[in-house]
Amino acid sequence: MFNDLTQKFQRLFKNLRGHGKLTEKNIEDALRDVRLALLEADVNFKVVKQFIQKVKDGVLGSNVVTSVTPGQQFIKMLNNEMVSFLSGGEPETIKSNDNIILMTGLQGSGKTTTCGKLGLVLKRGGKKILMAACDIHRPAAIDQLEQVGKRLDIDVFADRALNDAVKIAEMAVRRFTDGGYDHLIVDTAGRLHVDSSMMEEIKKIKTVISPSKIYFVADSCTGQDAVVSADSFHKALDFTGVILTKLDGDTRGGAAISIKHVTGRPVVYVGVGEKSQDFEVFYPDRMVSRILGMGDIVTLVEKSEEAFDKKEAERLIKKVKKNALDLEDFMVQLKQFKKMGSLSDIMGYLPGGAKLKGLKVDDKELVRSEAIISSMTVEERKNPSIIKGSRRKRIADGSGTTVQDVNKLLKRFEMTAKMMKNVGKMGSRIPNFPGVGF
Amino acid sequence: MMMVSILNKFKKGLKKTHDNLTTVFSVLLNGLNSLGTEETEELEEVLLQADVGLETAEKIIEEVKKADIDHKNHNEMNAALKKTLKEFFYLDDKRALTLKEKPSVVLFVGVNGSGKTTSIAKFSKMLSEQGKKVMLAGCDTFRAAAIEQISVWAGRLDIPVVKGFSGADPASVAYDAHESALSKNIDCLIIDTAGRQHTKDHLMEELKKIINTIRKKDTSQPSEVFLVLDSTTGQNGLSQAQKFNEFIGLTGVVLTKMDGTAKGGIALRIEKTLGIPVKYIGLGEEFDDFCEFDPDSFCEALIN
Repeated sequence: MFNDLTQKFQRLFKNLRGHGKLTEKNIEDALRDVRLALLEADVNFKVVKQFIQKVKDGVLGSNVVTSVTPGQQFIKMLNNEMVSFLSGGEPETIKSNDNIILMTGLQGSGKTTTCGKLGLVLKRGGKKILMAACDIHRPAAIDQLEQVGKRLDIDVFADRALNDAVKIAEMAVRRFTDGGYDHLIVDTAGRLHVDSSMMEEIKKIKTVISPSKIYFVADSCTGQDAVVSADSFHKALDFTGVILTKLDGDTRGGAAISIKHVTGRPVVYVGVGEKSQDFEVFYPDRMVSRILGMGDIVTLVEKSEEAFDKKEAERLIKKVKKNALDLEDFMVQLKQFKKMGSLSDIMGYLPGGAKLKGLKVDDKELVRSEAIISSMTVEERKNPSIIKGSRRKRIADGSGTTVQDVNKLLKRFEMTAKMMKNVGKMGSRIPNFPGVGF
Repeated sequence: MMMVSILNKFKKGLKKTHDNLTTVFSVLLNGLNSLGTEETEELEEVLLQADVGLETAEKIIEEVKKADIDHKNHNEMNAALKKTLKEFFYLDDKRALTLKEKPSVVLFVGVNGSGKTTSIAKFSKMLSEQGKKVMLAGCDTFRAAAIEQISVWAGRLDIPVVKGFSGADPASVAYDAHESALSKNIDCLIIDTAGRQHTKDHLMEELKKIINTIRKKDTSQPSEVFLVLDSTTGQNGLSQAQKFNEFIGLTGVVLTKMDGTAKGGIALRIEKTLGIPVKYIGLGEEFDDFCEFDPDSFCEALIN
């Protein structure tokens, strides 16, 4: 979407050159596309209206049109507007003196899973964690938290004999104090904001345990109703922050903006996968990139930082910029990808990554690919275009694969090279990344 | 269940949902002289808030504008709008539950937390009350305590459940369940699956494998493949339906959590765009909070 948007503006401004300043009339079409993009991303329609107006005001009468890349400039304005909107307020991550943490939200938003993920982050920071199972409503919810706790080696307080979530929470606090724990994470039942008795229950829990952090756990694919539910929960509980879940799908996550708009509370953490470690601190700029559909380059860069050799990265980026990637580099990449996590995760971070349909994401492929490249000569790796029929056959035999596999790999290499070329083009953003050597 | 009671339940559940909307509509419609720019915008916003999406909203408004009515007349406007909305739910002939040779297999799929297991419990009760012998297959061997969850429901309903151990191959659980359903002369085998993001090909392949396993035993099955969709879902719901449909072919949508304030308008876009009918809606956490989707009531409640 981002690329589409940029191109649209680029074309528009090209036509406008020589016509002087921008007028309301001649940017109307382009603004409609922006509006559509934001609404498709589930940003609340009222907020969309505000953004469009601001950007419109900013661009009208300006000399954006005379700049070399007016399309990018326009998107940049929109981008900055959204980032600064999401960035306002203190990020309410958990500090060491935040002893009691209350989790709340609608049914199925991912509270129990998130309890485990949060617990794991804190535990890895050397803290002693207790989780409390206060969902007495959904069948087997207590079992679920207990199993999560067992898997992660985190203690869980539960009392099946008690049919009172408030009492359980109260007792959990006692256990927390007596047991010398650092943090208590209180899991609660999913509830509808219009269910007054359930909202009373969560208010009572809050009163009894006086949490220092209250997180509203929200599904990232929530639509326009996000403003309604978040507002009700906020009025009842005055929550400190938001945890946005299931961002490993392809939802754009406009709910992050809607919730911020209506409650003033920022997203603090995001859930990005099925595994307990798939949990990250929230970065507004990445979220905006996602909403505008430009992929999450920064996260990828950071992930790769952990795995990449810095010098190797510098070398690679130079080659990417020169569009001179070869199969040697591809091999290095494959090895690093393996270190970074599964290929499917990585693809999601790249702009257009979701669109690369031809690329089947199978981690076994990596092993096969490595074998194939290992069977090539240095000459072939440096200049893949010379690999024709008989060479393909030899490589297939040498690597214990088929000619089709070899063809597939070469095709994949081509696609990767193209993809990296696009990454290279986004050059102006890249030097700003802290700690990245390119 | 009596038809009337279903309708009442439906209306009651939707009442909360639509109180707000009704207010907006009556203000909008009462003050309406013709469908000018301002009114169009207001109408568009109401539709957007209901999650029908911008393109669908524009189509609806276009239709209402075209309608050969007096746009100043509240009642005529109301009727035109209702009619247009209803035309988007065009799959009435495909809305009925189709159960083939027994054991007929019904598969419930969807993203995490959409309400699959709860919907299955309600759906099972409905079939049981119709005199059908029902069996459950707990194929969510991934999420912690998912097996326990479905077992609790099965116990409450007193119907048999075949379950795998945590981490077992879901397809093998489905196979065992089908064997067992055959030997026990079961009418309907309902398969619960793990929630999954539609973008993960390997997890979608896993669903395909479950279906292939069932097909090997009976090529006419599954009778139904339901996408369970949370009504709070925004435009991503279309992508979900598209992907699940592409991989395993959907026969219907179950729209859950309609007792909240979300309007579930994405279902309208899905039916119109992909031709997948909405078949059931969930209206709460109790067994009986479940009924057949009725576009008339839905659209009626939506605007009045």
